[in-house]
Amino acid sequence: MKLHFFHLMPYRFLPDDFTEKHRSVWVDVDSELFDPVKGHELYNENLDELEYASELGFDGICVNEHHQNAYGLMPSPNLMAAALARRTEKSALVVLGNSLALYNPPTRVAEEFAMLDCLSGGRLVAGFPVGTSMDTNFCYGQTPATLREKYQEAHDLVMQAWTRPEVFSFNGKYTQLRYVNVWPRPIQQPHPPIWIPGGGSVETWEWVVRNNYMYCYLSYFGHQRGLNVMKGYWDEVERQGKERNPFRAGFLQFIAVSESDEQAEKDYAEHAEYFYNRCLRVYPGFADAPGYRTMKTVRAGLRAQFERQTSQAAAGALTWKNFVDQGYILAGSPESVAQQLEEAARALNVGHMMVLLQFGSMPPELVRKNTELFAKEVMPRVRPVFDEYQDDWWINPLPEASRMAPGAISLPASAPAGGGA
Amino acid sequence: MESRTVSVRKGLFSVELRQGGSAEPLLFLHGSGGVREGRYLDMLAEHFTVYAPSHPGFGESDGLDHIDDIIDLALFYHDLMDELELESAHLLGHSLGGMLAAEMAALCSHRVRKLVLANPVGLWRDDEPVVDFFALTPPEYLRHVLHDVDSAAAKQAFGAPESQEEVMEAMYQRLQSFSAAGKFLWPIPDKGLKRRIHRIKAPTLIVWGESDRLVPASYAQDFQSKIAGSQVTILSECAHMPMIEKPDEFVSLVTGFLSA
Repeated sequence: MKLHFFHLMPYRFLPDDFTEKHRSVWVDVDSELFDPVKGHELYNENLDELEYASELGFDGICVNEHHQNAYGLMPSPNLMAAALARRTEKSALVVLGNSLALYNPPTRVAEEFAMLDCLSGGRLVAGFPVGTSMDTNFCYGQTPATLREKYQEAHDLVMQAWTRPEVFSFNGKYTQLRYVNVWPRPIQQPHPPIWIPGGGSVETWEWVVRNNYMYCYLSYFGHQRGLNVMKGYWDEVERQGKERNPFRAGFLQFIAVSESDEQAEKDYAEHAEYFYNRCLRVYPGFADAPGYRTMKTVRAGLRAQFERQTSQAAAGALTWKNFVDQGYILAGSPESVAQQLEEAARALNVGHMMVLLQFGSMPPELVRKNTELFAKEVMPRVRPVFDEYQDDWWINPLPEASRMAPGAISLPASAPAGGGA
Repeated sequence: MESRTVSVRKGLFSVELRQGGSAEPLLFLHGSGGVREGRYLDMLAEHFTVYAPSHPGFGESDGLDHIDDIIDLALFYHDLMDELELESAHLLGHSLGGMLAAEMAALCSHRVRKLVLANPVGLWRDDEPVVDFFALTPPEYLRHVLHDVDSAAAKQAFGAPESQEEVMEAMYQRLQSFSAAGKFLWPIPDKGLKRRIHRIKAPTLIVWGESDRLVPASYAQDFQSKIAGSQVTILSECAHMPMIEKPDEFVSLVTGFLSA
């Protein structure tokens, strides 16, 4: 299977009384809590962490898009991917992704993704999420009832912009363009692999399978809770008579590797609690705008939603034991994590495992430890899983010998050193 | 009141319609929650022929895919009036329905005899923004739209259902109604009425509950200043749901104005 290093780029400095004093980490989170100087440090740290993962041999490094959100500092994942393209050589740049309905016109996505693909020598994975309700409806003002139709139309426009060689006109309901003619065009032809992050809606499965795209479920709640959603997806794959190839699926899993189970708790518990209790504190009114999910999906999930609301009201703050027992986080020694991860991958039938090795308030030294232990001790054990399948959802870059690396900057002998202020 | 289904534009729309009474036609246009249950409709039907349709996408009415914005919806209602063979009618619009009634009266003034706007949306002031009711949890919503959430009338209309099935059905209905309403109001309920409202010619009554926390009663002045000759009545101890909270006062006010 393929292993990808996923980064959310959380703000690590929310105060201890955050949950008492603030109603939401997202949408209307207090701007006073953000310190731009810390932001400077975080972006550089986080890019270092992604680049280090690439050096250690992760198949892909993943960035994503969130808005007005204190646990996701990437309104523009493309900016991060551009920076990563210059300092990494082999890993796929997995952008998960650009929420198509938020770009005006959506050809912007076709352009920027093509730029990234050219810049990286064909290493881009193009992710097209609808985007959460918080991001799309509340932060970016999109009408919930028409968001999915707008997304579909934008998808059609982007795919045509990549695959039609001629200048053409696009007369859509949401976008009208007289001259579509994207420059540059992607290295990967006819287009980069398309991955669709989804939240378990019935219509998305049908559409993803029909288009032969890759489906990934980016849940924060681990493999046990993910089983139902992935089962729904695989049922749809079978219904459409396609192969149950694990590489047509991806999954996000939190991982905490240490010397032993006890040490894992000592190392990671406070950072996991920071993530689940502070970073996931979203005001319920923002969680799911009326119309964000189709009424068909609402009808299908009504009982589950009712039960979730009832149980959420009863639950207090979550602790390490909850995370580990319920599989939100796979934790422990390398042997134990490798075994748990293989079992989870086989149960979910997922060939693209996106692991989150930095979560919550975890500082760089600890991220480094987790990443190193995972890459050196866990990765070799689980990599052969699913070797019998062919991955048709993977990048097709230029041969390594043809790929450019950043050139040395050599100043003329007479030039003054340094510069600027 | 009797329920029936009306087909509009050769079946493109199927409309759930409640109808009752005789005498002059009165078209009641509901707000974002759909047609609210209450005795006000029967009381109005003692004086008028009341037509209370569900807008496309609300209740059992379909066809919302063929409507993109509030102007489409206003023109759809002229099609429905054609279907009902109503040359003209009184319009009574509540909240979203008030915005709709104002648009209808501005677009085709000859079809509107008299106009009543009850706590309408449709205008916007930065100094006193309309609350984003889409982001309110159900209990918060009730505190914004009702003067007294514990009153008998409020409990009867908005009280928590008993069984789990009823709770889930209520969740579904709320999502369906607000989803449809979002097509006309998201993210800010200011969709150009201010450029058209001056065309309203019908005699107009603006009714507002004094303690409306969703759309503050100060908006009554904004509507009044833009509709020539219009009058305002503010109801005390009443918020966003006058027909539920104060049915007797509300119906007698509306009846008095329309019959004068």
